[in-house]
Amino acid sequence: MLIRATQTPQDIELARFRFRVGFAAGVVVLAFSLLLGRFVFLQVFQHEYYTTRAEDNRISLLPLPPNRGMIEDRNGVVLARNYTAFTLEITPSKVGNLEQTIESLGELVEIQPKDKRRFHKLIEESRAFESLPIRARLSDEEVARFAANRYRFPGVEVKARLFRQYPLGPVGAHAIGYINRINKTDLDWIEEKEQSSNYKGSEHIGKTGLEKSYEFQLHGETGYEKVEIDAGGRTVRSLSRVAPISGGTLTLTLDIGLQEMAEKTFGDRRGALVAIEPSTGGILALVSTPSFDPNLFIDGIRSEDWEQLNNSPDRPMINRAINGTYPIGSTFKPFMALAALETGKRTPEQTFFDPGFFTFGGNTFRDEKRGGHGMVDMYKSIVHSCDTYYYALANDMGIDAIARFMKPLGFGSKTGIDIDGESEGVLPSPEWKKRHYKRPAQQKWFAGETISIGIGQGQNDYTPVQLAHAVATLANDGVAFRPHLVKYITDSRTGEKTMIEPKPLRRLPWKKQNVDFVKKAMVGVNKEGTGARAFGDAAYASGGKTGTAQVFSLRGANYNAQRLRQELRDHALFIAFAPAERPRIALAVLVENGGFGARSAAPIARLVLDYYLLGKQEKGPAREDEAAVDSDDESRE
Amino acid sequence: MSMLPPTFQAFRRRLAENIDGPLLTVALAIMAFGLASIYSATVYASGRTVAQLLNLGAGLLAMWLVAQLPPQKLMRFAVPLYVVGVLLLLLVFPLGIKVNGARRWLSLGFTRIQPAEILKIAMPLMLAWYFHKHEAMLKIRHYVVAGLLLAVPFALIARQPDLGSAILVGAAGFYVIFLAGLPWKIIFGMIAAGVAAAPFIWSMLYDFQRRRILTLIDPTTDPLGAGYHIIQSIIAIGAGGPFGRGWLQGTQTHLEFIPERHTDFIFAVFSEERGLVGNSILLILYLLLIARGLMITAKASTLFSRVLAGSITLSFFTYAFVNMGMVSGILPVVGVPLPFMSYGGTALVTLFLGIGILMSIRAHRMLVKQ
Repeated sequence: MLIRATQTPQDIELARFRFRVGFAAGVVVLAFSLLLGRFVFLQVFQHEYYTTRAEDNRISLLPLPPNRGMIEDRNGVVLARNYTAFTLEITPSKVGNLEQTIESLGELVEIQPKDKRRFHKLIEESRAFESLPIRARLSDEEVARFAANRYRFPGVEVKARLFRQYPLGPVGAHAIGYINRINKTDLDWIEEKEQSSNYKGSEHIGKTGLEKSYEFQLHGETGYEKVEIDAGGRTVRSLSRVAPISGGTLTLTLDIGLQEMAEKTFGDRRGALVAIEPSTGGILALVSTPSFDPNLFIDGIRSEDWEQLNNSPDRPMINRAINGTYPIGSTFKPFMALAALETGKRTPEQTFFDPGFFTFGGNTFRDEKRGGHGMVDMYKSIVHSCDTYYYALANDMGIDAIARFMKPLGFGSKTGIDIDGESEGVLPSPEWKKRHYKRPAQQKWFAGETISIGIGQGQNDYTPVQLAHAVATLANDGVAFRPHLVKYITDSRTGEKTMIEPKPLRRLPWKKQNVDFVKKAMVGVNKEGTGARAFGDAAYASGGKTGTAQVFSLRGANYNAQRLRQELRDHALFIAFAPAERPRIALAVLVENGGFGARSAAPIARLVLDYYLLGKQEKGPAREDEAAVDSDDESRE
Repeated sequence: MSMLPPTFQAFRRRLAENIDGPLLTVALAIMAFGLASIYSATVYASGRTVAQLLNLGAGLLAMWLVAQLPPQKLMRFAVPLYVVGVLLLLLVFPLGIKVNGARRWLSLGFTRIQPAEILKIAMPLMLAWYFHKHEAMLKIRHYVVAGLLLAVPFALIARQPDLGSAILVGAAGFYVIFLAGLPWKIIFGMIAAGVAAAPFIWSMLYDFQRRRILTLIDPTTDPLGAGYHIIQSIIAIGAGGPFGRGWLQGTQTHLEFIPERHTDFIFAVFSEERGLVGNSILLILYLLLIARGLMITAKASTLFSRVLAGSITLSFFTYAFVNMGMVSGILPVVGVPLPFMSYGGTALVTLFLGIGILMSIRAHRMLVKQ
């Protein structure tokens, strides 16, 4: 800055002032340069990044949950379907005072205490921002009443939802299963299966039965709607849409007519029945009584319903057909006979004198028929169910040979049926004992134990489906198919059918004449033996075998079914296949505490076969054959 | 123009008297950008644009009236305006209307005012008057007294709390003291003391003020809370890119992601829709406004008018820099509007009063000497 000679103090002051103004101007330019630098950085160098961020802000993908696939029986009868209904839903995070809101809602829409309890249970199990139903299936009037008052209830909505429905209720419930709301465990499972993105909008998942085991096929593919949302998360407009793909339809091997009538034949008795088509392994009926109504579970079961199901002494939630294990009694004998023929331990003609008991190592094993059957050959041993014959046979064969023969028949291992919850059961053998027991003293196999194995008692412990599977394999001349419930799955888009099976699991190398002989003897059972009372007048030839499984060991005392407490009575069993020449159906029936097989299980089998082969409709429980009590069938230790 | 009747010609001349064309032109140009952005930001709640036009009318009237007053007359307002302003600030504490946890407003029955707004003019006026009075014999004690005159209202406003207004009032006062010749030694000494006292000041800040400063350092620490505003406005600016997304096309604006869209964060709206090109033009306009103000400052005849003009001009800079710095994420979030852009009547009238004072100083620069 130039300072002239004539400068006054004011001039000096002014010069200093102007310098300061200049300094301030410099600061201004500097500060604005800083801003400009920031703008260049954000708008040029980071432009793409922030454009993406802005797009992420405004675009939201709304999952469009698919319709769950239907389930129908082999004849197209619908077993599980969906229907639309209105629900009243609350999003807890959007509601200030939840109790107050529910109270006020109760004035418009009927909300019972049980609805409230269920809702509170749902809250505990869900995330706060989820929309949770407090009332399902609103009436039109209720929907209208709420709509008029909607402004009073932020966070409360009426939604049209698809509901699962099982039109036949308890019929086949154990096979079909049910769906319920997704919980934490399910979420973990979904994640483990890497299906998380496909379940974004889903609220339900199969919990048991086919609904569970075919979950991914039934679920379908979730679609997406790309929407523009504002800062409040409200949808402004739709940008694009990928439609969901409905789940596939399951067509079952199950014949629901057969299933329903079979269930009815049990009346109020507990038990199980498995009927299999021998040539495919397709399950025609899978009965476990008592059953339950799967419709109760769909939107979270009410606690009182749950308690009732859970605390019932009849245990309706247990699928006895695949989960229950039982000694199978004399129904084991035909397989033992076949084992004897295949291993060469016996010929059909070889006779044996039955004095009515068998002694081994100082123990006496008695035959049911006092005084014994006299001279017995193999045919007679099956037809009249001679215990002593099989005591001796088991002893001759030895436990290892028995186990070796029974294992490929499926005894003591899971059949691989396409629903969860199957038990393995126990095929007794020295190895099994070693695996099962810890203490060395218990691990040892005693030769005496082998004796009762021969008549299906002792450690023998099998599921009804294993037994039915073995009967089907026998009926099918040793060609084993995996028991299965689903025949094919129909793709909802293409209509393409994916067949399940039937490829033979294995072909057992049995001699034709041996198999034919055992089958002939089983036909004899129903013609002239222990099954004759139930099947003697049937219009078709069938093979069968009665069985009684001990629940309670009487240790030589006299068995009096009348006096014995009901739950300690023996389980009644019956196996059958028909028609004898070309079997179309093989089955195993078990009636818990039913006493003699001929008395309560065989009549059930007869009704089921009549229905399936002749179309005979007998709706109602099978009568017990009181007179069959004294059949020469059963055995005591 | 000759076709018009002579009375109208006279009226036009009278109307244009003392009005500085460049200053008004630049201010109106910024206003035009502002109105367009307000329209875009409030497109679903119309009425704001018209209201802001009315505010502009009021501002222009205030500007014109003040421009007619010679600086000597303005000087007379200095003490009373300052005293009234400080008294009203004191009244805010017992009587103020509480909005969002801060007492900033006083109800006058028919309307309500922010006393802090008065101080934005009264503070530089008062200090300019004070230095003018003691011109040519300025001692350190005068700077100390000036500092106290500044500190009292600053503290009162800061405790309301209204950090934004406190900064603007404090800056306006500081500019006067600086331009009046505050020795550099003291300035650097104060900066050093300020750095040393930072922890103490930190302890005096309100929680929300601290949080604002913390989220400035790293907005992502609180993306849904205090950091949300800043993150959203930075996204808007960045998404604007070099050329902007076009007027009324900003998704951050129209889907309401930008907070305070028509007031403090209007720059994010403008930036998203006009891009770097628009930002640069806006920066140039502010530079022109400041440059014109500083020219007037440099040519002003008395100490009073010099430091007053300088302070007002630099206040415009403070507003603009703090606001744009805050919206673009390099300064903490304080409630400072963007001058001539943000919606708001009081602020606009205050700004145009400042413009009016500058015009008055320019128009009357020769009179004093003569």
